[in-house]
This record gives sequence, structure tokens and C-alpha cells, in this order.
Amino acid sequence: MTALVEVKGLDKAFGGVHAVEGVSFAVEAGQVYSVIGPNGAGKTTLFNLITGLYIPTKGEILLNGESTAKLEPNQLAERGMCRTFQQMQICMNMTAIENVMLGRHLQLRSSLITTLFRLPSLRRNETAARKRAADLMKYVGCGDYLDAEASAMSYGALKRLEIARALAAEPKVILLDEPAAGLNATETAALEDLIRKIADQGITVMLVEHDMKLVMGISDRLLVLNYGRVLAEGTPEEIRQNPDVIAAYLGG
Amino acid sequence: MLNRFMQSRLRGLMVLALILIILPVFLGNPFHYELVIQMAIIAATVVGLNLLVGFAGQISLGHAGFFGLGAYFTGIATGTYGWSSIPALVVGAIAVGIIAWVVGRPILRLKGHYLSMATLAVGFIIAIILNNERAITGGPDGMPVPAFDLFGWELSTFGRYSLFGVDISGVQAWYILASVVLLLAVWFAQNLIESPIGRALRSVKGSEVAASVVGVDTAKYKSLVFVISAIYASVMGGLYAHFQGFITPAVASFEFSILFITMVVLGGMGSTFGVILGAVVLKLLPQVLADFQELETVMFGLILMLTMIFMPKGLLPTITATVSKRMRKKAGGEA
Repeated sequence: MTALVEVKGLDKAFGGVHAVEGVSFAVEAGQVYSVIGPNGAGKTTLFNLITGLYIPTKGEILLNGESTAKLEPNQLAERGMCRTFQQMQICMNMTAIENVMLGRHLQLRSSLITTLFRLPSLRRNETAARKRAADLMKYVGCGDYLDAEASAMSYGALKRLEIARALAAEPKVILLDEPAAGLNATETAALEDLIRKIADQGITVMLVEHDMKLVMGISDRLLVLNYGRVLAEGTPEEIRQNPDVIAAYLGG
Repeated sequence: MLNRFMQSRLRGLMVLALILIILPVFLGNPFHYELVIQMAIIAATVVGLNLLVGFAGQISLGHAGFFGLGAYFTGIATGTYGWSSIPALVVGAIAVGIIAWVVGRPILRLKGHYLSMATLAVGFIIAIILNNERAITGGPDGMPVPAFDLFGWELSTFGRYSLFGVDISGVQAWYILASVVLLLAVWFAQNLIESPIGRALRSVKGSEVAASVVGVDTAKYKSLVFVISAIYASVMGGLYAHFQGFITPAVASFEFSILFITMVVLGGMGSTFGVILGAVVLKLLPQVLADFQELETVMFGLILMLTMIFMPKGLLPTITATVSKRMRKKAGGEA
């Protein structure tokens, strides 16, 4: 089985600081793959590199065997990669459901003429997209906000809305950057269920997360970063027993 | 209730149509008509500019440049080369669209002040060309433009026409034309906004990163909306040229660009009917303040500043919000 996402010798330097250095790993389709590590270990930088927001200094990223070096984030989305952000990126000038419908962008190609005259085909597609977006909002647990402005939503709801938007794009792999940050215990438990549901659909999930209980419970494999380098890689069981990881986390 | 009424898309268009139908009752003389026709043409221009500024969050301080190009293209094609008006407007729009695309592609990579400066420069360059190419444009003295013609049928402001047996004057006929054009401009703009393309445009303003990770080619959409707003300006410039019968490079001037932007900001960025109100108010203002003509630019600057500080959402959104709040309060009080 070939890897869905493969990272080879990845390096990203900001001036003299190597945020990510010599990182290699592979994520197979259908896995829940988590990236953990102390603050400043380079987790978000790694996600930004994978999703095309940063350009690597060295190294290579393969999505489904294809090099992503020349691809813009929107082209990666076309190839089935979507993500959420640690600093949420929600369009506050739109309603909640429009934010999710934005996720349908790639499925909703319509010509300018069709749009300007609002031809029946566009109306049909819009109705279908709205319904699909509503279903997704219910799926992630934002069903109460179907008619809300995005700016009127709570923090936790916005985090789920972002996941709904990413799912609307029908990704093969979804990258979640600290989805549990700022959530209370109940919300975190709900999030865990949601991630499981997403993975059960066959969508590969990559996760950056600090909540160890969450990460250890749902991950198939983990990557531990420390100071931009790979400290360990393996199953939750292997990671739990890895002396380097224990040292880095507990000090010593 | 009022809020829902204001938000529903076709109702807004119907209210506008109703206003345009009733308005002639209050228009006493040709001068009134002339003012309202100019308002409608300029309102349609800012409806287009609002797509760029209000919805996609980009700026153009040189939009009068495209308005001027459209005006001169029409003037030259119909006046110098004897084209019919519709082909002149269409070909002019295509030409201006291409120019906007060529110019927009590189400068829309810029953000904030840098984009302002670049668009400002575009406007200036166009104005300078119109001023200097005397052989083609007549230079600063301007050039006459023939009356609007529809395949041989001429629409002159001095003519007399018959509409379904009713005798109407030239300006009244122009009023009908301008009204239809404004309604079309609004209809197209609303259809665009409430579509996948429109969401992509608004997401560029809301969060460019979010847009790009769900597959929106943000550079493409920025160029697209820049081109669309330039085409709006071009077509309206062409109509304006026909209506005025005479144009000077002032139609492409910096002052005109600032007037457009002020209308958008005052009326309400991202509110199609708001910017129409902005156009009406700012077109009326000089009439009311005729005695202070030399202070016009100062007034516009002041209005722009005061709006930004006290009413950042603009006139119409602020009014609707206040009214619906009052109504909710009232409803709450009764309950």
C-alpha cells in the first residue's frame, strides 16, 4: 500500500531558525495520524508546509505519490487535501452556512453567464449545496446555527464549523490543527466522536493536538516532534514507552 | 420583519423599481431628470465598484480611469468612426475588461496601501493619456459624442418620443433607459453575490487562507472581480458620454475616482442598495451646497472621514440595524 501523504527530509528555516529539520514520515490512507510535541516544536509549521502555505527550504512532500512542490493550497485542495487552523479562519462577513457552502466551491463550478442570469442549473446546484451544508453542520454538531451569522457563533461552534467546511470539500485527507484547544471536557469528548466518525468514513485524518488523552485514544500512529526534529514515530503504545518521549515531556 | 424584507433579494429590486416608477411624479423639469439620470448611471457604476471593494475587500482608487476609458471608447467609436452605440458599448467593455485583466493580474498581488497606490496610478495614467492624445481624444478640450442610437433609432435628450402612444421628452426616454440599466446592474450584482462565485469573492475578504485551502484560486477571483467592476464602469462611462453629449478627461479624473469610493463607503460597503443611496446622497449634496462649490472636495473628504469613524458600516446598514433594533425593542416591550 502506498502512502497517501509522504514527507521526505523536510526542512524549513526562518532566517537562522530551523522550525522543521529533516522530518520524514508517511501517512497511509485511512489512518488517524497525529503530530505531537511541546510548544514551538514545529507542528503547525509542518502542517503549513504540507498544505502549501509555506514553501519548504529543503525536502519533498508527496500527496498520492505526486510532488506538491509547485502546487498552491487551492490546487492541493483540488487533489483532496483540506485543513482547519489553530487560529480559526472563518469568513465573518458571511453566514455560518455560507462558510460551509464555500467548502463546496470545487464541486460547484458554474460559468459567469449562468451566474449573472441565475439560470435554473445554478439554482438547483445552490439548493443542493445548501442542503448538503446543512447536513454537514448537523453532522459536526452545529445544527443550531443553520441561520446564524458566523460572527454570532461561539468559539466551540466555530471550531466545528471549520471542520464542516473542510468536510464539504470532500477531502481524502483532512488536517486538523489543534481542534480541541479551548474546548471543555464535554466538547472534547464530542470532538473525539466526530474525529472517529470522520475516520470511519474512510477519510484520512492528520491531527496536531496537545490533549494527550484524545490523541492516544484515537490515533493509529503518532509523530513526536521536538525542536523541529523527529523525536519518535510509532503506534500510541510504542510512543508511550519511548524513553526519549518521556524525557522530553516530563523533563529529565 | 423589516429586516427580512430588506434582506430578501428580489424584494429589494422591486422596491428600487417601484421608486424609479414613482419618482417621475416629483421630477418637475428637465434639470431634475438630468440629475436623476446621472445619479442612476453613477449608482450603477458604484454597484460594480462595490463588488470589488465591499464584497471582495480590495480597493481601487482609479476606477474613474475605466469609466473614462469606456466614455472615450464610445465617444471615439460612435463619433469618429460612426459605429452604432450598442456595438461600441460592447466592444468598449471587452477592451476595458482586457485592460483591467492585464493591469489587475500583477497589481492585485499587492495588499492595503500598496494596492491603493497602484490603482491610483492606473487611474492617473489613463487620465494623462486621455489628456495628451489630442489627435484622438481632443485633449483637455474634450470631444463631442453623438446621441445614443439603437440600430438607427436615435435617443437624443432634445428629441420627442412616443411610448405606447404617450408623448415623452428626450430626457424622459433617457430616464427609462437609465432606470432599466440600473435595475439590470443591481440584478446582475445580486445574482453574482449569491452564487458560488460570489462566495469565493466574499471569502477573499473574509479569509484568504480559508478560501485557498478549500480550493478557491484567490488570485483568479480577485482579477475576475476587478475585471467585472471595470466592465461596469466602462459601460456606464459609455452611457454617460452619450447622455452628456460631450466629454472631457475629467471623467477619468482622480476626483471622480474618490467620489466613487466615497459613495461606496458612505452608502455601505457590501450593501448593494446602500451604495445606491450613497450615490444619491453625494450627487444631491453639491446641489444643496451650491454656494460652497469650491469646498466640494473638502466636503467629500470630511464625509469619508466621518463615515469611517462614526458609521463604519455605512449609511444604509446602520439605518436598517437601528430600525430593526428599535422594532425589536418595541416588540419586546409589548410582550
